[in-house]
Amino acid sequence: MSTPGQVAPTDNRLLTSAQTYTTISEKIGVLTLSPRSRPLWMAAFVCSLLLTLMFAAGVGELFEKGVGIWGINIPVAWAFALINYVWWIAIGMAGTFISAALYLTRQAWRSSLNRYAEAMTVFAVSVSGLFPIFHLGRPWFFYWVAFYPNRMGLWPQWRSSLVWDFLAILAYLAVSIMYWYVGLLPDLATLRDQAPTRGKQVFYGLLALGWRGEARHWKRFESLNLVLAGLAVPLVFSVHSMVALDFSEATLPGWHSTLFPPFFVAGAFFSGFAMALVLGIPLRRWLGLGDIITLKHLDNLSKMMLAAGLFVAYNYVVEFFMAFYSGDPYEMAEVKDRLVGPYAWVFWTVIACNVITPQCLWSPRIRRSPGTLFAISVLVLIGMWFERFMLIVNSLFRTYLPSSWGMFYPTVWDLVFLFGSIGLFLFLFVLFVRLLPIVAIYEMRKLIHKREEPG
Amino acid sequence: MSAEVACYGCMAFFDTPDALVDAVRALRKAGYEGVEAYTPFPLEALGEALGIPGNHVSLGAFIGGLIGGVGMLAMQYFSAVLHYPIRVGGRPFASWPAFIPPALEVTFLLAAAGGVLAMLLGNRLPTFYHPVFHIDRFERASQDAFVLVVCSHSAKRDDATLKSLLQALGAVQVDEVPA
Repeated sequence: MSTPGQVAPTDNRLLTSAQTYTTISEKIGVLTLSPRSRPLWMAAFVCSLLLTLMFAAGVGELFEKGVGIWGINIPVAWAFALINYVWWIAIGMAGTFISAALYLTRQAWRSSLNRYAEAMTVFAVSVSGLFPIFHLGRPWFFYWVAFYPNRMGLWPQWRSSLVWDFLAILAYLAVSIMYWYVGLLPDLATLRDQAPTRGKQVFYGLLALGWRGEARHWKRFESLNLVLAGLAVPLVFSVHSMVALDFSEATLPGWHSTLFPPFFVAGAFFSGFAMALVLGIPLRRWLGLGDIITLKHLDNLSKMMLAAGLFVAYNYVVEFFMAFYSGDPYEMAEVKDRLVGPYAWVFWTVIACNVITPQCLWSPRIRRSPGTLFAISVLVLIGMWFERFMLIVNSLFRTYLPSSWGMFYPTVWDLVFLFGSIGLFLFLFVLFVRLLPIVAIYEMRKLIHKREEPG
Repeated sequence: MSAEVACYGCMAFFDTPDALVDAVRALRKAGYEGVEAYTPFPLEALGEALGIPGNHVSLGAFIGGLIGGVGMLAMQYFSAVLHYPIRVGGRPFASWPAFIPPALEVTFLLAAAGGVLAMLLGNRLPTFYHPVFHIDRFERASQDAFVLVVCSHSAKRDDATLKSLLQALGAVQVDEVPA
């Protein structure tokens, strides 16, 4: 081992030889336990808090007056709430993919990303789950979707994809939280042992549940990680398929298609990798994590984003092909509306953001320039939001009967809920950055150990 | 502390994972039972050196998943066929293809919960008090120290021999752990 304390933070190799068990534990622990004064963190905290308060005001208004404050009406009865719901839950998917699928395939580099990616998942799914509840009309009765012995003698309708979806979100949120928390235990113990004050020691000590790192404990811990990863991968695919079934179970042109589940899963990974980059690039820069989240990580993430993006583009093509291949005039009319109808600008935004922009990622130079990557990822997130707008609104606004056609115009409350939910997500993430270790410390030590092993 | 305070065991600190694994092997060879090893990250070699048997985590997950899947299917059957049968779109009461998605999700949920429960129970967590925390330096065990404990109930209890053996094996510090 070399001497500690000589770490060049700008080095772009993963864990330079100067990093030892001691230095890596301190480097990450200190970010949580005694951070330098961080005006940027404070700014992010205040901005996201203000947006969260705006969101809370929106919720208050919604509970007071009902869903009429939004721009929804017949025929477009589903709009921003459902768009936001699908958008957020999709963003969560990539977090689980990074931590579970890359774990099962033994991609050691994932250790730098999985903690914040899992946090991203937990927060995105939490935010996402709020929207179907808000959309209920009488949100305080949301628990009627659940099955429990009740005096009305009622059961949920098991054949409805909305009930499946409720269970999918519930299972996904609970499993994500378990996976995240179990992985945190050893790191919480590290923070407990490093804590400079009694208060922090008690706080992290309680959270760590008395973790000691005994060999038998580690063995069970590793078995559990494997089991949870094995469960999480099919869970991710099933959850977003259920989301897609909410649409494909309905007999609407543009929705009623078996293409939807794989299409939605691809879109989910696409936007999730984009969010992982949008969060990772500032973390890396502002917290000096250049030797943990390296350019190689950004490169890998953008390659995965490109692959998912190509699959999404392929789906756009198949959708169009199937519409004409089906010979169904309503399907064909839906596609024509998409291309040249009143919402054509949405379609072209989607193509620009989701199909054209990601093609820049073929260039290795762009894949390794954080600023450009950040911009591309933001565009992808915007594009994926508009994709959901296109899928939802464009199918609803002109249904079978021309007499019931109508446009959708958002109100200011729609925007409050969209930007407020972004604020709430960022608020939770900013708190996470301050309160919990943002990199899995024990996995970093494991990587150092691997490096020192001969061969 | 009075002299009668029981002793939990003898704790030795090592600087490297290899030294710890070698020490564990040597102690087990010398016939010591009740050897515990504390490390800042999972160390595969320790499992074999300590002779750790398999664990029940995957069994817990399996049982949880079984309860979730079979239980959910049974409940849907009970609800849709026996307790509150209602025709929807001319479909049969027991429309089992539609019962699979809820059963699948609850299988995932309870399998994960079963695994977590098995891990916590097997590891006896939460345990906020444990004798090893008496040693101040033990806090390095979650950062950079590799720690070995020989429990007092070990068959060959002779402190002086044990201590000199541990030091010979390269321990940088040896402490008595009060119970």
